[in-house]
Amino acid sequence: MDFFITIIEQGLIYGILALGVYITYKILDFPDLTTDGSFPLGAAVTAALITRGVNPYLTLPIAFVAGALAGVCTGLIHVKGRVRDLLSGIIMMTALWTINLRIAGTSNVPLFSKETIFKNNFLAGLFPDAMGSYSTLIVIVILALLTKVVLDFYMKSKSGFLLRAVGDNEKLVTALAKDQGNVKILGLAIANGLVALSGCIFCQEERVFEISMGTGAVVIGLASVIIGTSLFRNLTFMKATTSVVIGSVLYKACTAVAMKNFEPQDMKLITAVLFLIVLLISMERKKKVKINA
Amino acid sequence: MLELKNIYKYYNPGTVNEMCLFKDFNLTVKDGEFLSVVGSNGSGKTSMLNIICGSISIESGNIILDGKDITNAKEFRRNEKIGRVYQNPALGTCPSMTILENMSLADNKGKKFGLGRGVNKQRIEYYRELLRPLNLGLEDKMHVKVGSLSGGQRQAMALLMSTMTPIEFLILDEHTAALDPKTAEIIMELTDKIVKEKKLTTIMVTHNLRYAVEYGNRLLMMHQGESVIDCAGEEKAAMNIDDILEKFNEISIECGN
Repeated sequence: MDFFITIIEQGLIYGILALGVYITYKILDFPDLTTDGSFPLGAAVTAALITRGVNPYLTLPIAFVAGALAGVCTGLIHVKGRVRDLLSGIIMMTALWTINLRIAGTSNVPLFSKETIFKNNFLAGLFPDAMGSYSTLIVIVILALLTKVVLDFYMKSKSGFLLRAVGDNEKLVTALAKDQGNVKILGLAIANGLVALSGCIFCQEERVFEISMGTGAVVIGLASVIIGTSLFRNLTFMKATTSVVIGSVLYKACTAVAMKNFEPQDMKLITAVLFLIVLLISMERKKKVKINA
Repeated sequence: MLELKNIYKYYNPGTVNEMCLFKDFNLTVKDGEFLSVVGSNGSGKTSMLNIICGSISIESGNIILDGKDITNAKEFRRNEKIGRVYQNPALGTCPSMTILENMSLADNKGKKFGLGRGVNKQRIEYYRELLRPLNLGLEDKMHVKVGSLSGGQRQAMALLMSTMTPIEFLILDEHTAALDPKTAEIIMELTDKIVKEKKLTTIMVTHNLRYAVEYGNRLLMMHQGESVIDCAGEEKAAMNIDDILEKFNEISIECGN
């Protein structure tokens, strides 16, 4: 039972990351590698704040803003500096490694004895002891659901329409007398904000910040997006954001099951191989050649 | 009124492939004029439109719209007053969004794209009224993604969308070239209707000489970055396809084609 709860917990946390990747990969058509840096950025900011005794719930918006700033940087490099999309992400991802170390102080910050969004006096009073083992799951479900609903709402707003239009047809955004570059920067900001938010929740759930925790984050995100969107392609009533979050849980389940038969050091290889299998099955590669660039 | 003054445009400047397209090119389009532009490939028709819209830069010269110099204005800023329909029907719409969402986007041009609802439910009936005269059945497909529409349907939408909000200038870049003859005819009639209704100043580039003769009140033929025919009013009305073709052949012989 614990095994399933952990899968759902981590799947939903990565689901928030996947929502960010969904914005860049599916909506903006931008292969954004900043993700690998902004995920630990959210965690680094969180670790730094929590060790200084800041209210853990405040870490959520602060991590989002930090990630959004990273996204803005990637966007500026790409739009104003005219560096191609893939390289802009790589530059930011590399730069963020140092920035994350500087923010966190060291490459490993344990948070075991600290108050987190999952373990504090407020929650302890809210949930009776019998539900104690589910409290983490409940908090994660609420956060994931809230993020999804807010994102859905945004996508239906005028600004969201413009964001969807820019990935579809840049010329139309220009025709609407809007700077398509700024819309892209906004999209990257929201996407990386979500990724950092996911990193913030992840580090509080794991109770540790690790500098290398972002390695492969973009692969997890992409796999979740592709599993979700291709698996539920024919269910038109289902929102893409829902598919993506479910895709993330499914992907987490796949890796967890695979990991049962392997050593921990095989993790990344399994992640990569599973992603390849997902790609081959969904035939996504035929439509999206750009990611190979 | 739109004025192009002393425009110089080189392609690949400073290289062996340097090519001068416009050398001291001048054009004035008065308010309410419907200008049809014809000319062979490479004569500078589309380049002229791109220069007006700001899609490409010029070496020197001035572009003046309603007395304001817009030579250095960014493309998206110029589009506040300019609507443009491209040859490729895919460029005027968003394929992954529904007809309703596309219409809503276009309806919001010139306003703020904030966090308010993307679709204004009260406007849906208005969009339907706009789509109904097309007789393409689009008014019953409001929730269908534009990507699944045909080229002609998309081009009709692109035309409606670019003229939905008050603009002063309409730029048509061979907007019927990718359509079958019947659909092209429908789109052309729609264009004429919209231009007359909204009293838009229009520049239309076309390879269809009949459209150039039948529609509009001024005709321009371009050749190697210069205008070789420029007639308006009665002179234009007296023009027929043969006159234009004759001039075309004259030019072609000069070029040795």
